[in-house]
Amino acid sequence: MMSFTHLQSLVLPLDRANVDTDAIIPKQFMKSIRRTGFGDNLFDEWRYLDRGEPGQDAAGRPRQPDFVLNQARYAGAQILLTRENFGCGSSREHAVWALRDFGIRALIAPSFADIFHGNCFKNGLLPIQLGAQTVDQLFQRLQERPGYALAVDLPTQTLRTPEGDCLHFDLDPARKHRLLNGLDDIGLTLQRAERIRAYEKLRRAAEPWLFN
Amino acid sequence: MQTPTGEALTLFDKLWRSHLVDETSDGEALLYIDRHLVYEVTSPQAFEGLRQAGRRPWRPSTVLAVPDHSVPTVAAHRSHLDQIAAPLSRMQVRQLDINCREFGITEFGLNRVEQGIIHVVGPEQGATLPGMTVVAGDSHTSTHGAFGALAFGVGTSDVEHVLATQCLAMRPMQRMLVQIEGQLPAGVGPKDLILHLIGRIGTAGATGHAIEFAGNAIRALSMEGRMTVCNMAIEAGARVGLVAVDETTIDYVKGRPYVPAAAQWEAAQAYWRTLHSDAGAVFDQTVRIDAAKVRPMVTWGTSPEMVIDIDGRVPVPADEADPVKRASLVQALAYMGLEPGTALRGIAVDKVFIGSCTNSRIEDLREAASVLKGRQVAANVRQALVVPGSGLVKAQAESEGLDRIFLAAGFEWREPGCSMCLGMNDDRLSPGERCASTSNRNFEGRQGPGGRSHLLSPAMAASAAIAGHFTDPF
Repeated sequence: MMSFTHLQSLVLPLDRANVDTDAIIPKQFMKSIRRTGFGDNLFDEWRYLDRGEPGQDAAGRPRQPDFVLNQARYAGAQILLTRENFGCGSSREHAVWALRDFGIRALIAPSFADIFHGNCFKNGLLPIQLGAQTVDQLFQRLQERPGYALAVDLPTQTLRTPEGDCLHFDLDPARKHRLLNGLDDIGLTLQRAERIRAYEKLRRAAEPWLFN
Repeated sequence: MQTPTGEALTLFDKLWRSHLVDETSDGEALLYIDRHLVYEVTSPQAFEGLRQAGRRPWRPSTVLAVPDHSVPTVAAHRSHLDQIAAPLSRMQVRQLDINCREFGITEFGLNRVEQGIIHVVGPEQGATLPGMTVVAGDSHTSTHGAFGALAFGVGTSDVEHVLATQCLAMRPMQRMLVQIEGQLPAGVGPKDLILHLIGRIGTAGATGHAIEFAGNAIRALSMEGRMTVCNMAIEAGARVGLVAVDETTIDYVKGRPYVPAAAQWEAAQAYWRTLHSDAGAVFDQTVRIDAAKVRPMVTWGTSPEMVIDIDGRVPVPADEADPVKRASLVQALAYMGLEPGTALRGIAVDKVFIGSCTNSRIEDLREAASVLKGRQVAANVRQALVVPGSGLVKAQAESEGLDRIFLAAGFEWREPGCSMCLGMNDDRLSPGERCASTSNRNFEGRQGPGGRSHLLSPAMAASAAIAGHFTDPF
């Protein structure tokens, strides 16, 4: 997995609440059996004027000019700023893969849906939770100042604004550790294989019908 | 495993503790997973990950695979793999076959009568049992919590993690009690109940929580009704929905293919009967609902929380003070093609879909058929689909003559799968089409790009099919 330590980047504002994973990556693109290649179809139905199909070359497709992903001032942004309950709905990790393929490495919102939130950490993306008022203020500042960029520092769990504010965010220490070091979750769990086997032995005695 | 005595525990805590393999000093748990349900869309990358790392499934016997999301529902398009016209769907279904063979996993493939939606098949086979942890790469895995099992959806990385290790590293959820007392009015069912709750607490109302549904209104529900309620816990933000084990649970489980053998049955059910929250157990939040006040519900917008009762009118954004919420209302009304303040009852529908992991079980089909018997789908309804949740549900319905009622009314009677709930196969809405749907999500484009979804119960969907617009349950 990609590790994450620091990030200085433009910010892409997606001013909507309850953005669901169907909107992040529509279902027709889930027919891939790969983990990559979803970036061109991130927010497909909002981003393009035609209906997207898997395998299509995105270069010639007509774009919705008002949509933020199509606006030059945000080109290259690696931080997505959005509203509450981002990533609700389906558990599809394809939503995170699409954000990652597009180039997003960190997300800022007042809240995230649980499954999406967990999926981010498995793919080296950092979801940052800030208060609704702070997020609101960031939206306003971003609109007022072209080229608005933020600096994320994971070791200190801080976000630095161009105004000089230093915003702290909370993070699960175990997830932080894995993200900082780009650790493979499965490899870590397999180091505890003996404990898993010991547990299975106890469980087999207590609920033998689960081990028939 | 028995929980320590003397401490009042919630059902969630009993299930959590009994699956704790290990815990780190900072409180992250390693949780053991008893049952893993797999389907064609969110698993190929996980199997490929195993292959690349040279890993094998830890306990393949705990995995059950069924293709459901992208399969055709027309019999002539699926009697053999090569008949699946869409090449990418064909590849996914074929890949599931290959992966299951290579890794020694039981699969109910397209040619098996047991095939269907994983959340219908698991319980139907007895593969979901009280006291288990159940995961799948699908958010509606919360369905299985109806059995007093700790069940939740995961992403593909976790699908791979569970395949490789039988465990997940995670932290406990908070506990929410939804206490529902009283009797549901006639014509009002579990779907109305869960939509009512989502309307009340919102689509993020239970984020970070496991919901336990309790009270005499829940006790009075059948297992299928409880599954409908737990299925949509995720639409209130909760990964987990739970119902305590009682006679209804044990009666349902008894005799199914995967249940404990006779010699183990007594011990199993004695343990299962301990799976309830103890008196005095403490919840982080409690919501109380008076069942008698729940009405037939229909969603009007693009989030399940945008829901009103059949006598309601769609909202007027100008009345909403919060600017973010107001913007959501404006966007939703525009997408749904509705004027502020429109009465729900008169809104005409183009399509009707009865199916999905929420409402495709035999009781759902009976409920819809009882409304449709001797009646006809209205002329303005272009298509009305019934998609049973599994081959066994379909066979049962046919043995009761329900298929003939649906067909006589003008419905199409299909083969099992997720179908128009998410339109990964050919069953989908065209842009601008309005659908009365028994499924679980009304997001933009969910049932097809530009499609407009209204979620409701099987009885309400059947009633809308006959009337051609939303109306009271006949």
